[in-house]
This record gives sequence, C-alpha cells and structure tokens, in this order.
Amino acid sequence: VPLGVFLGLVVVLAVGINHSHDVGVLKSPLVGHEIPDWQLPVLTDPTKSLGSRDLKGQWYVLNYWGAWCYSCRVEHPVLLEAQREARVQIIGVDWVADVADENAAALDMLSRLGNPYSKVVTDRDGRTAIDLGIAQAPESLLVNPQGVIVYKEPGVITAEIWRREFLSRLPPQSTTPAAGAGGS
Amino acid sequence: VRTLTAGAILLIIALVLAAARPAWAVDPALMSDPVLQARYEVLIHELRCVQCENNSLADSDADIAADVRRQIRTMLAAGKTDQQIKGYLVSRYSEFILFRPAFSWRNAWLWALPVMLLLIGIGIAVRVIRQRAALVDNEDGDISQT
Repeated sequence: VPLGVFLGLVVVLAVGINHSHDVGVLKSPLVGHEIPDWQLPVLTDPTKSLGSRDLKGQWYVLNYWGAWCYSCRVEHPVLLEAQREARVQIIGVDWVADVADENAAALDMLSRLGNPYSKVVTDRDGRTAIDLGIAQAPESLLVNPQGVIVYKEPGVITAEIWRREFLSRLPPQSTTPAAGAGGS
Repeated sequence: VRTLTAGAILLIIALVLAAARPAWAVDPALMSDPVLQARYEVLIHELRCVQCENNSLADSDADIAADVRRQIRTMLAAGKTDQQIKGYLVSRYSEFILFRPAFSWRNAWLWALPVMLLLIGIGIAVRVIRQRAALVDNEDGDISQT
C-alpha cells in the first residue's frame, strides 16, 4: 500500500511538473474560430480606419504593441526581419489606455527603430483588445484568409517562434501581401 | 501651549486616518445605480485580472484590469446579466478568468475529489477502529480463558 501511494504521488507530481510551464499562459479560446469583428483608426490618419473586413482574403499577423512596452522592443528586430522576408503582412495595433501622447511616441519609435508594419492602427480605449482576448503586450494573432485565428502568441515573438509557429502555418508559396497573399 | 500640541497631534492622526483609504479601493468608479454597483462589486471580485493572474479585477491597478472593469460597467449599464458578462469574458479569455470555476463534466472531478477523499478517509477510519475493537475483544477473551 505505501508503495502504491508513493507511485500515485509520483504520477500526480510528474503531471504537475510537466504542466508547470503552462501556468500563467492563457489558452485563448478564440484560436480556431473566426476573429471577432474589429475596426480601428489608422495611426497616421485617425479619420481612416482598418478592420477585419478589409483584410478578408489575406493572411495577416495582428501584433498588439505600444511604445511604452519594453518587451515589444525586444520583439521589434524579429518583426523587422519578418517584414523583410515578406511572407505575411504584419498589422500593428498601438495599444494603450491612458498615455497622453502615445501617438507621437509610437510614430517616434517607428521612425527611429524602423517600421515592421504594413499598417498601424490604434486601440485607445482597449475595447477591441478585450474583444480579441488580449491580456498584455506584445501579443500576436495569426489570421488566415477566411478570417480564422490559426495561432496566438501570448508574448514576445522570437526568431524561433516566428519560424516554428508562424511561418510553418503559412502556405508554402505565400507571396507579398500586396499581391494578395493566400487563397481566395 | 499644551492644548496646541494636543490639537496638532489630533490633527495629524485625523490626516493619517483620512489618507488611509480602504485597500480594495483600486477603482474609484461608481455606477449611478446602487443595484448595478453591488453586482459590479461582486463581479470584479469573482473575475481574474488577465495580466496579473493572482489578483482579482478588483485588486488590480493594471491598465488591462481597468479596461475590463470599464467593459463590465458598460455591459451592466446596457442591461446584460451577470451570466452574459461572465460568458463574454470566458469566450475571450477562457474559463481561467473565473476564480470559481463553473461546474461542468470536464471539471466535475475537481468538485467530486474532496467528497471522495472524505469517504475514503471515513472508510479507512472505520476499518482501523473495527480492527482495534476486534483486537481488544480477543485479548479479553484470551485473558478470561487463561
């Protein structure tokens, strides 16, 4: 009996240790489903907007970031490299609730460090972030031409994560977004 | 002079007390309707801050927690039920956001486990007590025979 109890405990603890890296990672229930409709003002011209409907039929990465966000700077070079590869367009969402001149700060960061985004929109009241299940910055969604979220990265994209989780899910001969990437 | 120092001390105490706001008052926002306010308070204590996961929405001063609280107030004001609000947030952030997990077959074992452990414990206790009682009876028997 003591041996049985011991083995039982070993199993329980082993499962616990195996899953310990999942702790603190929210598994988004939106993955595998159509992205909730979103429409946000463009950073450089708030009178214009961009939304999920405009991007139907195209692959895109929706990257939540902010000039205030330190981890986003760590991710920045990876996104620049990804943009150079031009396998998929990256839409940046400049996200913050209550910094007065975030627009200026965001534009400043992009002009100094480079702009990896094909378009940048702003989410100032954070409602869209909640609707998309965003918990922190950076977070990124990979959306296919049907508008389905096929992957969510709940943190910094490294070069390895970009290859393993994003590129592997894209169609092999996906061309530049300008050419209308993905199937119809 | 003495009354003056006493007055000064009283004033300092009063100021300190006035500055000591209740610890839960991260969110000074109040809803106009006290019924909605009561439901709001319950909700923000039952829901997790999605960024700082061991805090409730009520405890957290993270921006995202403030945004989610604002969303909850908006939905309450729009006449949504508590279930609809929780359902919406669960559909976005998964059941993890609930401090009290909903009862479902998937996590039924979670609720059943304490009861099962209690039953097993009672079972073991009864067996041990019976064995000991039997032992005592035997010893008595043995003694009386010799």
